[in-house]
Amino acid sequence: MTGGALRVENLTVEFDGFKAIDGLNFSLQEGELRFLIGPNGAGKTTLIDVISGRVRPTAGRVFFGHSDLSRLQEHEIVALGIARKFQTPSVFPHLTVWENLELALGFRERLPALLRPLGREGEERIAATLATVGLEHRAGQRAGTLSHGEKQWLEIGMLLIQEPRLLLLDEPVAGMTRRERELTGQLLHRIAPGRMILVVEHDMEFLRRFAHTVTVMHEGRILSEGTVEAVQSDPRVVEIYLGRGRQRGKGQALTAG
Amino acid sequence: MTARAPGSRLAGWLPFAGAALLLLVVAPLVLSDFRLNLLGKFLCFAILALGLDLVWGYTGMLSLGQGVFFGLGGYAMAMYLKLEASQGELPDFMSWSGLSALPWFWKPFAHAWFAIPMAILIPGALAGAVGYLLTRSRIRGAYFSLITQALALIFTILFIGQQPYTGGTNGITNLTTLFGFSLGDPRTQKVLYLITAVTLGVTYLLLRRVTASRFGRLLIAIRDGENRVRFCGYNPVAVKALAFAVGGALAGLAGALFVPQVGIISPAMMGVVPSIEMVVWVALGGRGTLTGAVLGALLVNLAKTYLSESFPGAWTFGLGLLFVLVVVYLPDGLVGLVRRVGLMGKSGEEGLA
Repeated sequence: MTGGALRVENLTVEFDGFKAIDGLNFSLQEGELRFLIGPNGAGKTTLIDVISGRVRPTAGRVFFGHSDLSRLQEHEIVALGIARKFQTPSVFPHLTVWENLELALGFRERLPALLRPLGREGEERIAATLATVGLEHRAGQRAGTLSHGEKQWLEIGMLLIQEPRLLLLDEPVAGMTRRERELTGQLLHRIAPGRMILVVEHDMEFLRRFAHTVTVMHEGRILSEGTVEAVQSDPRVVEIYLGRGRQRGKGQALTAG
Repeated sequence: MTARAPGSRLAGWLPFAGAALLLLVVAPLVLSDFRLNLLGKFLCFAILALGLDLVWGYTGMLSLGQGVFFGLGGYAMAMYLKLEASQGELPDFMSWSGLSALPWFWKPFAHAWFAIPMAILIPGALAGAVGYLLTRSRIRGAYFSLITQALALIFTILFIGQQPYTGGTNGITNLTTLFGFSLGDPRTQKVLYLITAVTLGVTYLLLRRVTASRFGRLLIAIRDGENRVRFCGYNPVAVKALAFAVGGALAGLAGALFVPQVGIISPAMMGVVPSIEMVVWVALGGRGTLTGAVLGALLVNLAKTYLSESFPGAWTFGLGLLFVLVVVYLPDGLVGLVRRVGLMGKSGEEGLA
């Protein structure tokens, strides 16, 4: 595994003897939008946990450029330009939408500077981010009162405003309506240029509609990697999504995921 | 965008101005010397409550050891006053305990320029260190509370056990003068009262600024989702340690103002039970609102004074009952209740009024 701005080398993560990730090699190139799929327990979220510093590797290493992420704390990883969205929307419910973005924006400032009000440039960036994620009309509302989809967008906005080089999105369209999923997909394509995005997603329809390259994980390893079509016709992928001994059309199999 | 209606800036100051007028002008005119002294004592508690509210109400660290910081501030001040009262002689309790010379660490406390800053710095530094060590090890919630409670227990035992240096169970008593002014003189007490009231006002305004700033919203964010804050790129350890240090320093300041007005500091004022009482003040008034912390400290102590006079012994049970009732029925305290009833208007933002 050479090259790639994000390099995962021989990664193993064990929880009480269970190998959630088992000798995984994975890399992501500059400017790439990659989808990560796989059945439950495949280790997708664990991989994101390791990259973002939430879980420490049992063995192996994760490089972002020249930095070894496995030695850094969560906030230090964010400072390198890696932002992560959680599976369940995690915004700050008692702060307004505007204040949530303001908090995300100020992460590079020193603590005393946070006693001063946000500058004009900052306000403009918040306004621009609100427009990007379509929440202008919610600015003054407490984040706890937003709908599920709106919370997801706010969280994506909180990542975007930090101008990360790598975005880790764990099931960004989970629980969204069809229309919200469509909007989120368009948003992904809008924000993709100039950065790397790694999306964990179960929703196959969403995948076919918006993914270019897909990595399939199974039991802590990479099973298959390629375009959506290539992956969909890979018999091993069909196998894990179908279970043994059952015969169905390939397309149907993935739709069921 | 925090909603700021035109004119609300000025309107926000009105209750503060009213309270200032009441405390600085009306109270000294209408209250007897005894009552004014009592109120001064309560205002000290209100300063402590503001600090505890920052620690608990805003940052989510339930400290059950705030009495320690109050006590340390009180002792630093009492050491100075005791040396002034002893007029160059060895303090009485030391000679009773068989000491023949003043311990080295008592010596610098003969100077006000040392003792008064230390009354704030020592508890502030201790709180900062405890806060740093606990949050660095990601200890929070009930475990954090338990360790701070253990701290209160340890310090009480330590101060009782080291009688030659601390005055033991009796604490430090027989304080006579401050800068040469008799502590028994109502005029001295009136000045001390006014200093306390002004200190409370200044503390309130400073904390209002802090909590209304982006830093204040970072505290709330840490309270509501510390892990999420880490993934936002902030290190909560420094922030929490800082908030805890400020809370400890304010408790120390309260203790330093308390001692000359009450004339004594003893381990009984810094232990487990008083520390819990301090939490009740903030809980009852309404955590997460500065007004609530001040009101809670004043109301609970007012009730305590009158109820414990009429029903001695029953107060502790009353306090416990009060705490349970507030936790179950009024999670946001009295301020939350008033807001819910709608008396404070629809857009009662934190810290106004």
